[in-house]
Amino acid sequence: MTDQSPILRLENIVKAFPGVRALDGVSLDLRPGEVHALMGENGAGKSTLMKVLGGLHQPNEGKIYIGEKQVVMDRPQTAKQNGVVFIHQELSLADELSVAENIFLGELPRKSLGRVDWEKLYTDTDAILDRLNVGFNARTRVGDLSIANQQMVEIARALTVDPRAVIFDEPTASLTDSEKVVLFDVIADLQSRGVGVIYISHRMEEIFKITDRISVLRDGSYRGTLNTAETNEEDVTQLMIGRKLDLSRNKVQHEMGDVALEVRNLSCGKLFHDVSFTVRKGEVVGFYGLVGAGRTEIAETIFGLREPSAGKILLDGQEVTINSPQDAIARGISLVPEDRKGQGLVLGMNCRDNMTLPQIGELTSGPFTSDKAEVAIFDKYHDALDIRTPGWRQTVGNLSGGNQQKIVIGKWLSMHPKVLIVDEPTRGIDVGSKSEIHNLIRDLAAQGYAVIVVSSEMPEVLHVSDRIVAMFSGRVMREFTTEEVTENNLVQAISGLSEDRVA
Amino acid sequence: MSNINRTDLIKQGAIWAFIAVELAFFSIAGKFLSVTDATFMDPENMLLLLKQSAPIGIIALGMTIVMINGNIDLSVGAIFAMSAVILLDSMGWAWMQSLGVWSIPISWGLALLTGVVLGAINGLIVWKTGVDAFIVTLGSMLGYRGLVFMYNGEQPTSHLNWTLVDFAEARFLGLHTATWFLLVVALILWLVMTRTVHGRNAYAIGNNREAAVNAGIRVGPHFLWNFMLIGFLSALSAVVFYSESGSVNPNDGMLYELWAITAVVLGGTKLTGGYGSIISTLGGVIAIQLLRKGLGHIGSDTETVNLVIGLILIAVLFLDRQLNRKGKEELRV
Repeated sequence: MTDQSPILRLENIVKAFPGVRALDGVSLDLRPGEVHALMGENGAGKSTLMKVLGGLHQPNEGKIYIGEKQVVMDRPQTAKQNGVVFIHQELSLADELSVAENIFLGELPRKSLGRVDWEKLYTDTDAILDRLNVGFNARTRVGDLSIANQQMVEIARALTVDPRAVIFDEPTASLTDSEKVVLFDVIADLQSRGVGVIYISHRMEEIFKITDRISVLRDGSYRGTLNTAETNEEDVTQLMIGRKLDLSRNKVQHEMGDVALEVRNLSCGKLFHDVSFTVRKGEVVGFYGLVGAGRTEIAETIFGLREPSAGKILLDGQEVTINSPQDAIARGISLVPEDRKGQGLVLGMNCRDNMTLPQIGELTSGPFTSDKAEVAIFDKYHDALDIRTPGWRQTVGNLSGGNQQKIVIGKWLSMHPKVLIVDEPTRGIDVGSKSEIHNLIRDLAAQGYAVIVVSSEMPEVLHVSDRIVAMFSGRVMREFTTEEVTENNLVQAISGLSEDRVA
Repeated sequence: MSNINRTDLIKQGAIWAFIAVELAFFSIAGKFLSVTDATFMDPENMLLLLKQSAPIGIIALGMTIVMINGNIDLSVGAIFAMSAVILLDSMGWAWMQSLGVWSIPISWGLALLTGVVLGAINGLIVWKTGVDAFIVTLGSMLGYRGLVFMYNGEQPTSHLNWTLVDFAEARFLGLHTATWFLLVVALILWLVMTRTVHGRNAYAIGNNREAAVNAGIRVGPHFLWNFMLIGFLSALSAVVFYSESGSVNPNDGMLYELWAITAVVLGGTKLTGGYGSIISTLGGVIAIQLLRKGLGHIGSDTETVNLVIGLILIAVLFLDRQLNRKGKEELRV
């Protein structure tokens, strides 16, 4: 099978965004009947590469070949016309429509006068559903299906065009074990028909079970392709992470004080269970895990945005109840949220107003807000955090990601918190500003703040943390100190591999 | 920095430029088409225009705040009518009449209280149920109008108090009483929106509700205050208008909500919230009144006036969209 000529070939793809080189000369080929894994850390460029292939991004350089023919993927439709279809992690289905209508959305069979040919629609759909061996039919309302079955609808949609290549983006993220078996059967069926499959996943177990070859990206560049049968998890991990980080060199050790925050057996419904940890003054505790492992939800619960179903939160040894962000802020807990633009900033407001938002109520003289007091706060953190903006009147939406993040951090520092939680501190921030933010977090700890950093990027967690909590599927798998952590055991802990393997 | 101020200036100045164009157009066109000999730009005519802008203007100013906050209030016309009914009816009550001149401030107080209470009901429902303000106030628009009809059936409610009429027709420094109300309300609300905590938070909530919640702002109470405020202003508008006219029909104030929203939107406030200005709404109110008066001056009938205003509204929003889009493309480079 492997000696056939590729059905799909990406050659030297370069894609640059302002300030970031997201893809730096990536090549990839897909053979018929092959399952080809695409691996890499978050931010390594996997999804950008797939967006280039899907016609959502135009590459700055490089060529795409379908068979022997070079194709310019200028629109998403072009990809589909060439038999390249995508099964996205996020479902894009219309809940209120039937399975059949969703599958043939935009291409409903017609009769005269523009009437829909319902009979043909339902027979065609059922023919596809038979292939997938699912327990629902063409007339079922999509909103009534489980997530796994909705994913089957997405797959069925891909099969309407008789595809040459199917790309699965983290397809098992929300599936149970038995549902995965069905999915793998579908993939095997595609394989037997000579379709090429690109399979994007973080889960080593699956990769080694179903793929033929593994290609690895790191920091936007291509790191090699391995034959699955001839390699092992350690080698792949090594390729993904690259150089060994010398952790002690990067980190200035500093004095730590008493325990500032303690969480005991905290649970929140199905999101996370029985989570316990402590953070000391002057300490940075990193929370590392895959997307959906429950890290953000823990942060949100401590900040009062979610109601815990069990467990206790202690501040300075005293048990506290936190019912709202106001409670959390009043007790000295601050949260720099994951989605800077959606949750952290009022984009239409200027820099100063964003920074003083949580305490504007205190910055008054008489009935009016005090310009002087507000500008004083802005100036202080503008200087302390080295925020680059032409002035406080600048609308926050016009700043770069790094400077926006500094505004959010400055906003919370001006509240003099005891505990600072930073969720994905450098998401969408270019490389230069990343290290600035990292140094800032280390400095804050040195000043005595208790800091929690939630991150999906391993180098970041290793770089800024004094201790690392590894999470998988809503549970704390293991806690590491800087001395004992290695990339391998960290990757294994967050992939849910059995604990006894983590020495 | 000058760059930022310039875009803001262009956006906020646009409505005044539009007013200048209207004035120029009607002055020139009026010379050829006018049905009367009077010149359009006559100072007396302009002062009258301001006075006529007041009833919808006062409501539109309140609507600006509600819309910046990310909500909308469709019940203002019904609150306006209900407050007017309370104002005029209460002055006829026996015990009120025995109070002589003192019945005036009491009836005013009752009318304003009516507006505040009806507004508070809207605000509480939006806060506590989380139902969209559009739906809630669509319901209360029908409901409050029902109350007006229950009060006096199809009959108009009348009470003419000459002291009141004198007050309403009085002029101070050349401006009519109603104009003074409009200007003072505009000044106060401008201060509220630009200089107070409540105003700042209203912008923040309208622009990004999630970020506001994350900053520890309690969203609900701000909603409530703003609905009470617009209820109060709808009642104030009624007080100003009916003190002079002395008679209210149960259908009065219908479509006021739409005129108010039109003025607010013409002034550049975003329907989605988070952006807008009190002063620009004042411009929007004056622009609409100018159009009505100007078109009347050159001999158009009411139907034509509505058609033209409708077309202009769509044209303005289209232009705004194009301008904003250009801005976004510039940023991407």
